[in-house]
Amino acid sequence: MLAYLIRRLFAAAVMLVVIILVVFSIFFLVPKWAGVDIATSFVGKQADPHAVEAVREKLGLSDPIYAQVWHFFKGIFVGRTYAAGGDVTHCAAPCFGYSFRSEQAVWPVLTDRFPVTLGLALGAAVLWLVFGVAAGVLSALKRGSLWDRGAMVVALSGVSLPIYFTGLLASAIFVFGLKWGSGNYVALGDSVTGWFGSMILPWITLAFLYAAMYARITRATMLEILGEDYIRTARAKGLTEPVVIGKHAMRSTMTPILTMLGMDLGALIGGAILTETTFSIPGLGQAVLTAIKNQDLPIILGVTLITSLAVLIANLAVDILYAVIDPRVRLA
Amino acid sequence: MTAPLHEPTAEAAPGAAEEAAVAAGDAKAVQGRSLGRIAWERLKRDKLALTGGIVVLLLIVIALLAPVITSLVGQDPDLYHQSLIDPLFSTPKGSLGGLSGDHLLGVEPVNGRDIFARILYGARISLLVGFLSAVVAVILGTVLGILAGFFGGWVDSLISRVMDGLLAFPQLLFIIALVSVMPNQMLGLTGTGVRVFVMILVIGFFGWPYIGRVVRGQTLSLREREYVEAARSLGAGRFYILFKELLPNLVAPIIVYTTMMIPTNILTEAALSFLGVGVKPPTSSWGQMLSSAIDYYDSDPMYMVIPGVAIFITVLAFNLFGDGVRDALDPKASR
Repeated sequence: MLAYLIRRLFAAAVMLVVIILVVFSIFFLVPKWAGVDIATSFVGKQADPHAVEAVREKLGLSDPIYAQVWHFFKGIFVGRTYAAGGDVTHCAAPCFGYSFRSEQAVWPVLTDRFPVTLGLALGAAVLWLVFGVAAGVLSALKRGSLWDRGAMVVALSGVSLPIYFTGLLASAIFVFGLKWGSGNYVALGDSVTGWFGSMILPWITLAFLYAAMYARITRATMLEILGEDYIRTARAKGLTEPVVIGKHAMRSTMTPILTMLGMDLGALIGGAILTETTFSIPGLGQAVLTAIKNQDLPIILGVTLITSLAVLIANLAVDILYAVIDPRVRLA
Repeated sequence: MTAPLHEPTAEAAPGAAEEAAVAAGDAKAVQGRSLGRIAWERLKRDKLALTGGIVVLLLIVIALLAPVITSLVGQDPDLYHQSLIDPLFSTPKGSLGGLSGDHLLGVEPVNGRDIFARILYGARISLLVGFLSAVVAVILGTVLGILAGFFGGWVDSLISRVMDGLLAFPQLLFIIALVSVMPNQMLGLTGTGVRVFVMILVIGFFGWPYIGRVVRGQTLSLREREYVEAARSLGAGRFYILFKELLPNLVAPIIVYTTMMIPTNILTEAALSFLGVGVKPPTSSWGQMLSSAIDYYDSDPMYMVIPGVAIFITVLAFNLFGDGVRDALDPKASR
């Protein structure tokens, strides 16, 4: 188990370095090939050449790419000072860059936005896991029944509906039509009940989409597993049906579900961009979208890195859980 | 068998079917139905899948003929109809978003452009990006997957790690980031052309590992089969075995994954345009219509419902058809 863990951790660390390199390439090399001056996008479209030169010097944009990556890495651990001429900006210890567009360090933006998105993702995940898996298991057990057909039609519609449509529709019906709530985001720090109330609609809408996907996967996996020999053996041993399903079949069904959960949760925590845009929730996704519209590269870079980190951690957690559930994985 | 599939890879399918029939051996003795024939007959019995397929065909025809259809009903997607807009609220006059005989699906708020015409033109972008990005993903995924599975060793390790890495990436964010750093002019294309081109490449690039993994797995098991050994003993070269012996047998899973990938790609394109990094106005796209509908979700709900339903119908049709194709090609299917 320990060897397995170390191997996974090592792989995750390598992956993180690769991701940082790729992110850097996207933001610093692609524009170069495409013939766009990166310094201009740090200042603004109407920047005068003088300001562009100052930014280039301040951010070290004319340094070779490996030097830039190194400065960025160093900044994360010891902080960083940007200086050009008499103009000095300091960025404290976990320095994920400094946005000269919005005159703020990237790290506080990330820490402000992160809990919002985390709340959205976790709340929705609980809902979709419970309802999606339950619907999938029931469908598999009552295969071909009216319930099964109904659930699968709803699920198929669910995976075909984009959240930015269902979200708007839900807002139009519940917030505008039935006057349930104001439709504005309430921060958890301001009012716990207010926050809960403002999150219900986003949670349900987001969970619906994923529950549909999870129900389909659960049903398919469950059906396959119910055909396995060991299930027949369990039944032949005289185990009751709840034990056969709940203990024997569910354990195997959960492995692919967990893999999906890890990936989905990681991606969501990193920025439920579409949900946040639809419901105007001030999370990481909205931050990155605003940054993209303002061409605020340091913020995009910071969020992308945090997102990748979230995906990595989620995948790592899943790998570990996987090994707990399925002993064969540890040996592989 | 190839008739309903409309995939670029479909031409290779009859070869696969014959091979499979020969491999099965006794199939000929009984009735002589090829695998493709069986799949087609199964698909024909699946009413939902067939409906999905017909809707997909219709959508393709509509997208191709968008200019013809819009001029037939006498509309232009970019023409403003200020006279149809209530100057006070800037929403369309009349009920249901200005629905009328002239404007079959009403007009947009503020500038009064015809929604029907814009939906038709939007279908072109959606389907173009959906199909072509799937083609990019299929080509990359098939070639790299087959190479990884066939050669094994370091080739396999390298390709597999790249696939794992890409799958673990926060894809939407990376796609947004990539699309947003692209310039407005490249390779002789400008504006919408560049954006569509970049979207196709980027969505396709992030999609290939899904196909690549399946192809690699299949290749791994197929390369040990007797017919590959037979070909090798007859002196067939590596690439002959790869593309003449293995590829035809990989067509079924590739078709299945392609049909399942297209709707996802359509949703991604719509999402990008919704977020404002996809195609830019005045070019019409469903996602972009939905994004401008956010401001009118209470005063003009029809403006939001129409593009939303268009996306829903398209994606659902592809999903139904894809599910049907998967069931039809799956030898384990009990029906």
